[in-house]
Amino acid sequence: MALPAGRPRPEPTPETQHFWDGTKAGELRLQRCQACEKAYFPPRPFCPGCGAREVSVFAASGRATLHSYVIHHRKVPGFEPPYAIAVVELEEGPRMMTNIVDCPQTPEALQLDMKLEVAFTPMDDEITLPLFRPAQGTPAGERA
Amino acid sequence: MSIAPGSIAIVGAAESTRIGSVPEMSQIMLHADAALNALADAGLKPSDIDGVACTGAMMTQQVAHYLGITPKWVDGTSVGGCSFMLHVRHAAAAIHAGYCNTVLITHGESGKSRINATPRPPEPQSLNGQFEAPFGPFGPPTLFPIPVLRYMKTYGVTHEQLAMVAVVQREWASRNPRAAQRDPITVDDVLNSRMIAYPFRLLQCCLVTDGGGALILTRADRAKDFPQRPAYILGTGESVETNMISQMEDFTSSRAFRVAGPEAFRSAGISHADVDHLMIYDAFAHLPLYGLEDLGFVGRGEAGAFIEARHTAPGGKLPMNTNGGGLSYTHTGMYGMFALQESVRQVRGTAPAQVEGVNISVCHGVGGMFSASGTIVLGRERP
Ligand SMILES: [Zn+2]
Repeated sequence: MALPAGRPRPEPTPETQHFWDGTKAGELRLQRCQACEKAYFPPRPFCPGCGAREVSVFAASGRATLHSYVIHHRKVPGFEPPYAIAVVELEEGPRMMTNIVDCPQTPEALQLDMKLEVAFTPMDDEITLPLFRPAQGTPAGERA
Repeated sequence: MSIAPGSIAIVGAAESTRIGSVPEMSQIMLHADAALNALADAGLKPSDIDGVACTGAMMTQQVAHYLGITPKWVDGTSVGGCSFMLHVRHAAAAIHAGYCNTVLITHGESGKSRINATPRPPEPQSLNGQFEAPFGPFGPPTLFPIPVLRYMKTYGVTHEQLAMVAVVQREWASRNPRAAQRDPITVDDVLNSRMIAYPFRLLQCCLVTDGGGALILTRADRAKDFPQRPAYILGTGESVETNMISQMEDFTSSRAFRVAGPEAFRSAGISHADVDHLMIYDAFAHLPLYGLEDLGFVGRGEAGAFIEARHTAPGGKLPMNTNGGGLSYTHTGMYGMFALQESVRQVRGTAPAQVEGVNISVCHGVGGMFSASGTIVLGRERP
C-alpha cells in the first residue's frame, strides 16, 4: 500500500531512533523497565513509571485492540476523507495513535475493542509507519 | 502555608471592546485593548501595575512594553486555554508573597482573522510530530474528541445527550447580546449539522473568533477602594497531564481535572452544595461532561443525563456556561479568559444572563487536549 504524498513526516531523534529502525525492519519496538517491568511508549531512555535508566528494547507482538477514534471528514494534505484517526491499545499495555487500514472508515466497521494487528506501511525509504488493520487470525508474531 | 480564602481579589475585569470578528486589531492590540478596558474598570493606569502575566513565548515582555509597564513580577505560563486560571493562581501567590501588589493578566488572540497570530506547527522531531501528526490530526477538532467514543461506550452516553450540551448552551447564549450565536437550536439541528470529526458535528465544536480579555488582581484589603465590587479568590488548583491525547491515562476522565478541581475546592473550603454558578471550558461538547464528573458534581457516567435533565440550563439547579460558552459565545483559541470574565460578572451581579444570588462561582479550565487544567473558585463576599 502506498501512502498519498503530504502526510506529516516524523523525524527521529536519538531517543526514538530504535523505534523507527524497528518499523522499517518490520518490528514494533517498545521499551520495558528492568526495575519495575513496566512496558511503555513513546520511547525514552528511562522508565516513566519509576525513573530508572535501566531499560531494554523489545519487539511487541503487534496485536492490539481499537481503543477510540474519530473519523475526520475534512480534506487535508496526505489524507483522503473520511479517515479514522485511531488510538489502539497494544497487547503489552501502551497505547498509540495510528490509522486503521483494510477496513471501511465507518462507525459500523470500526467497533471499539475489535482485534487489530500492525500493518507496517512505508512512507519513504527511511520512515515506515505502524498502521493497524483488522486481525486476520494468525497472530503477527507467529507468522513465518 | 496556604493563602486564606479571600485574601486576594479580582478588582478589574474586561474583555476587548469587540469580540468575534475583529479584523482591525492584531493579536498584541487585542491584549492591549482588553488591558486598557480592565484598567479603566479598576480605575487604574498602566503605571499602577507591577506584575504582568500572559501566555506565549516572550509575550510577557511584549505586552508589558507595549503597555508601558515595568513589572517586578511576570508569569508566562503557557499551557493552553486554561493558562489564565494558572496565572490567577500564580498571581495570588505572588501578591501574597509580596513579590508585587497589582497584577495584570492579559489575553489577546486573532484566532479568526489570524493577524500577527501565533503559528502552531507540530515540530516533526517533537513527540507529537513523530507519534501523532503522521496519522492525520489537523487541529483540535480532530484531537480533542478522540476519547469520546470510549467514554460513550463505557457509560452508555448517547449522541443525543452530547447534542444537548450545545442546545442548552445556546439557550444561555440567546440571553447574551455579545454571544456570536444566539438563535435557538434543537437536538435534531445539532445531529444534522455538518460532520466534522465523528462523533462530533459542527454545532458540537467551538467557535473560532478574535478577542481578548484582561484581569487585575490585588490584595483584598485594598479591594474595597476600587470602583467595582471585588470578586474574591477563595480557592485555586492546577495540574498538567500529557500533551499527547493518545497518551492520557484514562479516556473517560482527565487526570489534570481530577487534581486541579479538588484542590480548588479544598483550598476554598467549600463543598459542591455551596456552588451557585459553574463555568466548565467547553471547546467541544464532551468537556462539560468530563468536568462535571471529574470535579465531583455528579457520579461517573451521570453527566450526560444531568445535562439532558436541564440541571445546567436556565432555571436549573446548577447554572453552567451562562455566557453561552465556547460553543456559542466566543472561542479565540484560548477560551479560559472568557470563562473567568463570566464568573467575575456573575459574582459581581452584572452578567447579561445573570443568575440570581450568585455567591460562589467555580471556573474550570482545560488546556491543550486534556493536557492541562486550572480551577478558580470566586466569591462575592470575603469569608
Ligand atoms: Zn520502572
